[in-house]
Amino acid sequence: MSLLSVDVAVIGAGAAGMSASVALAGLGLQVVLLDEQGSPGGQIYRGITLAPLSRRDMLGPDYAHGHTLAQALAASTVRYEKGAAVWQVTREHKVTYLRDGRLQTVQARAVLLATGAMERPFPIPGWTLPGVMSAGAAQILLKSSGLAPAEPVVLAGCGPLLYLLGWQYLRAGVQIKALVDTTRPEDYWRARRHLFAALRAWPYLRKGLDLMRSLRSAGIAHYTGAEQLAVEGSEAASALTFSVGGKAQRVATRCVLLHQGVVPNIQFSQSLRARHHWDENQLCFSPVSDAWGQLDVPGIYVAGDGAGIGGAQAAALQGKLAALGIASRLGRLSDAERERQAAPLRTGLEANLRIRPFLDAVYQAKEENRIPADEVMVCRCEEVSAGELRKFVALGCAGPNQAKAFGRCGMGPCQGRMCGLTVTEVIAKARGVSAGEVGYYRIRPPIKPITLGELAGE
Amino acid sequence: MRTDPLFKPVASEVSSTRTVALTFNDQPLSVPAGSSVAAALLMSGISRLRATPVSESPRAPYCMMGVCFECLVEIDGVPNRQSCLIEVREGMRIRSQEGARDLIFQPVNVQTLEVPS
Repeated sequence: MSLLSVDVAVIGAGAAGMSASVALAGLGLQVVLLDEQGSPGGQIYRGITLAPLSRRDMLGPDYAHGHTLAQALAASTVRYEKGAAVWQVTREHKVTYLRDGRLQTVQARAVLLATGAMERPFPIPGWTLPGVMSAGAAQILLKSSGLAPAEPVVLAGCGPLLYLLGWQYLRAGVQIKALVDTTRPEDYWRARRHLFAALRAWPYLRKGLDLMRSLRSAGIAHYTGAEQLAVEGSEAASALTFSVGGKAQRVATRCVLLHQGVVPNIQFSQSLRARHHWDENQLCFSPVSDAWGQLDVPGIYVAGDGAGIGGAQAAALQGKLAALGIASRLGRLSDAERERQAAPLRTGLEANLRIRPFLDAVYQAKEENRIPADEVMVCRCEEVSAGELRKFVALGCAGPNQAKAFGRCGMGPCQGRMCGLTVTEVIAKARGVSAGEVGYYRIRPPIKPITLGELAGE
Repeated sequence: MRTDPLFKPVASEVSSTRTVALTFNDQPLSVPAGSSVAAALLMSGISRLRATPVSESPRAPYCMMGVCFECLVEIDGVPNRQSCLIEVREGMRIRSQEGARDLIFQPVNVQTLEVPS
């Protein structure tokens, strides 16, 4: 096992991680950037350095922007370690990872967690069948391999990523059989109090409106206010069924892409026992941090969607702010200089986040798709249904950690990533208490799978 | 089992000139170099990668970003590899994981074990 000493270890080479690393290196700090993928970009700019120009063009200008960040990273002194699966971060700033089957350890003076977002679970009947994927997964196939569904596809759920994927599919000439939108007209009404702020973020809003318009004018079957979503099939998906205004609908397809927003990936901040809070608008847990992204664990910072969903541009700005905070902590920057450099970043961040409350309100995941009916699988790994979970609660199970003991819920290979939020909300509803009070799984390292042989340094 | 592929390259994609030969459950496949194992399998008409340990129900990649662990396969004899995070390599031997794993018991002749002094 080799030990490397650096000033800062950054985990995740997406928008936040890349911009923070470049900024830290620019401030004269020694940085190692660890990322699980084979090339930088995170999920939002996935494969940006490898994608041919034609693919970059098809994916649109927001994706192409990632190339600027990746170029800055390549030109910097940052030590970028690709294919590095970090499985432990300690409160003493030691980061351990697996690369090419070998254990490596970095002792840093500060750690930045830039692990981004993951898609919110979408527990509906049949969501475990082959042929059902998340919209994000399909977009990753498009970005990294130029692949799209071979037969007309059904997009279901709500949220910007779902519509963006639809737009990208149109540009790529992929056939969309139906857009099954769970958004209801009253959701816009509910979000009206955020409309003024959203109008001030006009470029964002216009981008969204343009996107929706092009989907509509393409003549795609567009259902709105869809309820009771379920995937039919025994060995693989064969159709999506749902109801609109009480009328049953069925669209035959081999490929259903689900999406209802993204949530922070909090595996590391949870494993560090940092304080988290339940976000009532985004309906997820986020780590609690100061103005520079520092957690209540000294020297451990968080930036980007892992700190709360704000999108790629906000993530890049948060990365730079965290870099200033870290540089000041490590004595590279005076407080006055830190404040001076931070001011324009904060203004930019504020402008970027203006649209969020509106988006969060309009595209809030529906309760029936977060807290599902008894027969729906909640924990995909250990195959625990919502009904079983409710039985555990009736027997006295008070929270996610007890649910493990009651029926292995959350104890499979994904370590609760795919069921954590559902489990919290199902238990909270059944007990009649808040999700914040129920809490989340206690996450422990290894955060990524590692064999005993690898651990022993074979 | 191969069926019609669930995913295929979009029209504007220039077909990859470099390909890699590998096997899935002993079946030879030719796939584009540089793709992930999961992507390569999906475009080759393999849309079921494993059966669950609990009920042996069929599963396939769900998230493609290392979160869901639905794409676990055995690669070159090593089980539980996340196929969405691993790049294809020439000669890779990939196998689906069917149900719960057996405990592979390899008897050892205790007489020949050396005890360090």
